[in-house]
Amino acid sequence: MKLNFDHLQSAHCENGVTRSLLNNIGVHQITEPLAFGIGAGLFFVYIPLLKINNGPVIAFRPMPGLIFKRTCKALGIPVIRKKFGSKEQAELFLNECLTAGHPVGCQVGVYYLTYFPKEYRFHFNAHNLIVYGSEDDKYLISDPVMEHETTLTRYELERVRFAKGALAPNGQIYYPVTGAVVTDERIKKAIINGIEKNVRSMLQPVVPFVGVKGISYTGNKIKKWRDKLGPKQAGLYLAQLVRMQEEIGTGGGGFRYIYAAFLQQAHAYHPVDELLEISNKFTESGDLWRTAAVQAAGIYKGRIGSQDDFNTMGNYLLEIAEIEKKAFTALKKIKWH
Amino acid sequence: MKKEDVPQDLSSLGKITKEVCYATDDSGKYVTELSKGWDIKITALDAAWQDIEGRITAAREKVLKNEASSLLFFMERGLMDISILAGYTGFWKWQIKRHLKPDVFKNLPDKKLQRYAEVFNVSVDDLKNMNVHEA
Repeated sequence: MKLNFDHLQSAHCENGVTRSLLNNIGVHQITEPLAFGIGAGLFFVYIPLLKINNGPVIAFRPMPGLIFKRTCKALGIPVIRKKFGSKEQAELFLNECLTAGHPVGCQVGVYYLTYFPKEYRFHFNAHNLIVYGSEDDKYLISDPVMEHETTLTRYELERVRFAKGALAPNGQIYYPVTGAVVTDERIKKAIINGIEKNVRSMLQPVVPFVGVKGISYTGNKIKKWRDKLGPKQAGLYLAQLVRMQEEIGTGGGGFRYIYAAFLQQAHAYHPVDELLEISNKFTESGDLWRTAAVQAAGIYKGRIGSQDDFNTMGNYLLEIAEIEKKAFTALKKIKWH
Repeated sequence: MKKEDVPQDLSSLGKITKEVCYATDDSGKYVTELSKGWDIKITALDAAWQDIEGRITAAREKVLKNEASSLLFFMERGLMDISILAGYTGFWKWQIKRHLKPDVFKNLPDKKLQRYAEVFNVSVDDLKNMNVHEA
């Protein structure tokens, strides 16, 4: 059984799943940047004391599932979402959804994800893909980061849906309910709502390691890494930062560019000139995240590595935090008509 | 980033799929462009894997010196820590900590070893003897 479904490639998995599932129920206006912006997808957190893969825990996105949830909610589209204790029940429900004609989003781990190259298969459980049918022993998969559709066997899909470790998906499955009519007026409101949410999550957290404050907090930490950890370990920490930041279209630079694209598209709904100016600010920030990644690479490749080089690296993050603080403050001040 | 500056350094992912990037065209408008990969990301991933290789080698030495059971070797090779392994095997963390001791591991029944072997995709014999068959 193969449902009528168009595979679309995206920069980021959850944006992509959101856009594709919405397109599939007839909400064609929602592009990847709109899904990202309405879902308030830009985020930053450095979780102190905790380690992952023996390095720092830095995330550039909100908790998995939030972008989809917020976007659907803002557009007034009801969502079905389930987690499972048993693998059998999880498969049964998936098959029921497919029989009923719903392509579904699944949260999965990438460690056992067979179509990814081995080098990318870490214990990372916040990936998302769409199942849109089955043939023989195989499920038909639309993974938004891949150019083309792919497949997984029953066993393979079960394994990734029940990956273990941090953020274990527990078979999580979700889809938007069909039938909603989304007007331009609704999208206009959703855009404002998404921007306001993102302003809050980046500017107003009370703890120092979240949002724009978190970026400068991390910048200051980085300056101390060389003395605290030794050059080799400090280099590995930076490599981890870059991987969290830039891997598969996500994180630092990539997310800023998607957000900048969102503000341009928002301008088509709200002709407020500030949106275009602020969009340029996010482009600037994205470029600077990439410059910082190049500096980090110099260190983990061992080409540079003095305290000055770590200071330069840390200062890039301080500069980024400043730009983004101004950009979000400007967004906050916009007078919507 | 301008469209023409989207990096095209072939990565191992790039051999399977290109990635979508958002970049600006001549008029400053955002469009999508496909990328084969970026050298900066490739080397970050390489650095992570070099570190992992080092950990695996160190674990193997510890096992050979009888300072840890072969479980440590397979755990490092599987990029796992005790809590991830606990998740996959269904053992408690304190049990796994015990099983990491050579004397305890030696006396584990095959039934328990089988649970580890399945997670690591090896046979019980391989698990005991630290054998690996590279795919």
